Amino acid sequence: MSASAKPIANTRSVTGIPTARLITWWVIASEIVIFGGLLAAYIMHRIGHPEWAEAASHTNTWAGAFNTLVLLTSSLCAVSAHKAADAMDGPRAAKLLRLTALGGLLFLTIKGFEWTKDIHEGFVISSGGFWSFYYVLAGLHGLHVLAGMIIMLIVASDAAKNQELQRVECIGLYWHFVDIVWIFLFPLLYIAR
Amino acid sequence: MTTESHVHHPNYVKIWAILVLLLAVSVLGSMSHVREVVLIAAFGIAIVKAYLVAKNFMHINVEKRWVPYLLVVCLLFIFILFAGVSPDVMKQSGLHWSKNPTNVEAQSAPNAPVKHE
Amino acid sequence: MSGEVQHAEAGFFKKYLWSTDHKMIAMQYMFTGMAMALIGGYFAYVFRMQLGFPNQHVPGYGIVTPARYNALVTMHGSIMIFWVAMPVLIAAFGNFLIPLMVGCDDMAFPRINRLSYQIFLVSAIVLLASFLVKGGAFGGAWTAYPPLSANGAYNLTPLGSVLWLLAVALEFVAFLLGGINFTVTAMNSRAPGMKMYDIPLIVWMIVLASVIFMASAGPLIAGAVMLLFDQTMSTGFYDPTRGGDPLLWQHLFWFFGHPEVYVVLLPAMGIVAEVIAVFARKKIFGYKTVLYTTWAVGFLSFVVWAHHQFVAGIDPRMANIFSITTLMISVPITEMVFLYIATLYGGSITLGTPMLWALGFIAEFLIGGVTGIFLGSSGTDIYLHDTYFVIAHFHYTFVPIAIIAVFAGITFWYPKMFGTMLNDTLGKIHFWGTVIPFNVIFIPLFITGTAGDQRRVYSYAQFAEQSRPALQHLRTTSTIALLVMLSFQFVFLFNFFWSLRNGKKAGPNPWRSTTLEWSVPSPPPHGNFSELPTVYRGPYEYGLPGRADDFTPQNVPE
Repeated sequence: MSASAKPIANTRSVTGIPTARLITWWVIASEIVIFGGLLAAYIMHRIGHPEWAEAASHTNTWAGAFNTLVLLTSSLCAVSAHKAADAMDGPRAAKLLRLTALGGLLFLTIKGFEWTKDIHEGFVISSGGFWSFYYVLAGLHGLHVLAGMIIMLIVASDAAKNQELQRVECIGLYWHFVDIVWIFLFPLLYIAR
Repeated sequence: MTTESHVHHPNYVKIWAILVLLLAVSVLGSMSHVREVVLIAAFGIAIVKAYLVAKNFMHINVEKRWVPYLLVVCLLFIFILFAGVSPDVMKQSGLHWSKNPTNVEAQSAPNAPVKHE
Repeated sequence: MSGEVQHAEAGFFKKYLWSTDHKMIAMQYMFTGMAMALIGGYFAYVFRMQLGFPNQHVPGYGIVTPARYNALVTMHGSIMIFWVAMPVLIAAFGNFLIPLMVGCDDMAFPRINRLSYQIFLVSAIVLLASFLVKGGAFGGAWTAYPPLSANGAYNLTPLGSVLWLLAVALEFVAFLLGGINFTVTAMNSRAPGMKMYDIPLIVWMIVLASVIFMASAGPLIAGAVMLLFDQTMSTGFYDPTRGGDPLLWQHLFWFFGHPEVYVVLLPAMGIVAEVIAVFARKKIFGYKTVLYTTWAVGFLSFVVWAHHQFVAGIDPRMANIFSITTLMISVPITEMVFLYIATLYGGSITLGTPMLWALGFIAEFLIGGVTGIFLGSSGTDIYLHDTYFVIAHFHYTFVPIAIIAVFAGITFWYPKMFGTMLNDTLGKIHFWGTVIPFNVIFIPLFITGTAGDQRRVYSYAQFAEQSRPALQHLRTTSTIALLVMLSFQFVFLFNFFWSLRNGKKAGPNPWRSTTLEWSVPSPPPHGNFSELPTVYRGPYEYGLPGRADDFTPQNVPE
């Protein structure tokens, strides 16, 4: 379906915010309560179960820290893509978006290795309270990274043709949110034992 | 379709460098043996990093005002959730009761019925 | 000035099954919801037959075993809330009305709209599939408390419980997507001149409901993921022997569950507002007050949830706090009802069928609200929790919401949706045949509940106090009243489908209403407006002196 088939409803902007960005903020708001609910549940349990510290000590801080670096860098790429899109440079925005997605892939790959090692050491999702939360938290986050990557590549392929450039900022916003979630997951799961 | 820039683009690499520095500090801080230092390094820095990403990458501060208000309200609901639920989940014992009479920390048989005193 | 790309005439698939037109998507939601209502109603029929005539063969079903009873009540509750009330009130009316009432050609994101219905349809199919798996449909109550819901050995429906959870999760995704579409459209796509206070109340209500849903569903989605893993992967999130806590599920569930009832209440109140303004030829009394009160209700709804858990073993200090907030929330809702009554006062009232339903809503919902007070205060709730008093209370709120207000909406907007009028006599027969039996179903249940009838019990034969004939008479009366009520629904079904072809042709504005949807043909064409409107005034300019007519549409310049 081509861009010209957009309804008038999509092009109006009574609030002053373009509809694409407006819907992105609402998506982020709903994700705050999803991750927030899960994180709140984890924090409550973690504080109430000091004995989980032993299990928690087995997470690999260096893998977590490096993954944080990867995500921060990918966020840099995403916001640079936004800058390029604002300058109407679609191909450059597409390149930077693809680099961002690559960062996401690297993140997931490192996590894959990390989890493989954990599982080999016998720490699976049913290994106890800490590990159950660990896998669900990081797993849900990872799914959001994956979804973000897929959408990002779709936006990039349009942007490369200088189409739908407004979406570059929007997928960037989503990606920054995913980054922020990880910014909190990292200390929760890897530092605060 | 034109995308007018509604934001001013600062030097993003500089922001990124600050974020990486903060990351390094938090990792170093985590190696301390003082619990308060670890917690502040971990979460205090996380809050700062999140703020920097929100302000400089997401441009929340130049967005319409109600947008950050909306996000803060969502966060507020999570705090309400935490406040309402944590007395039940976090506390393991009270004046006349305790939650895990068998004091299990390792996994027992999955879905075993709870033993009562 | 249409700006509309000329489409070739769409084939059957594109027009009915793959459409992005908000009106068609509305119809998809509405008919799916109506079909699910038949199923949910059928389940109510079966289990009420068991309760009214214990251990007899139920015509059209068979013998109700205890396990099947649990599945029936679980499915009845789940279906009515998630697959009837929400799709019809929010998705169907929201989809149909919002673009028309704000004066634009479609939703802001039509393809996301289509996707949301498709996900919803999948969720309904997953739920129905759960009836067919080994063990049958989930039997752990719509509230799905662990360990019953987490452990297949306890609930006897190990496959059904997983499928139920997946179905609910998909339904949530569908409504999250749909809800933000509605919100963005209402915020951004309004006609020029339509300021915040010119928006019809039903649009506000559906948008606020979507926002409340979005803000409350998150923690439950998190909780559902945890329950799913407890069910399938031997985690122990809710297992106290493994460091988890079953109360956590209850909190996560009700943190969503309580705002959810306002999610369905608000659109119902919106429908009633639209109908009473038109049929009393009078503007809504205190539009802004209604609006601000609704925001207050929306916020307060997030701090009352644990009144569902007073006897669950929560911290008693919390029970204190939640009691206070729960009693507080009754104030703004009562205020809204007063504002509606004030709207009616002095109005030039005609009792068309939609108006009967709207008045019925006000009367019946009042009873529901008042009986909630006994449950909101923790002292009385200790006795009444989990009895039929609770069931009667929430049916006196839910039935007005999901049935009475829905019929008000359908009878009101039917001409716009289908281009013909419903038969008014049949409509009135249907109304009385629904509302009177409805009261005869549930008033006895207040009594049996206070007499000690516990919920989710398939037979009271083993309970000496409960198997007294006096109580059984009440249960049987309730069942017979349900049979009467169900049979009158055939009047509606006949009226609905017969009038599609044979009803009197409807013009654009048979009710002489002011809002924008009545300024286009019935049914509206693709693209809605041949010329996109400009708005010059608020949505309820009825009966004003010095005007040419007793109503002035929003889009007519002075």
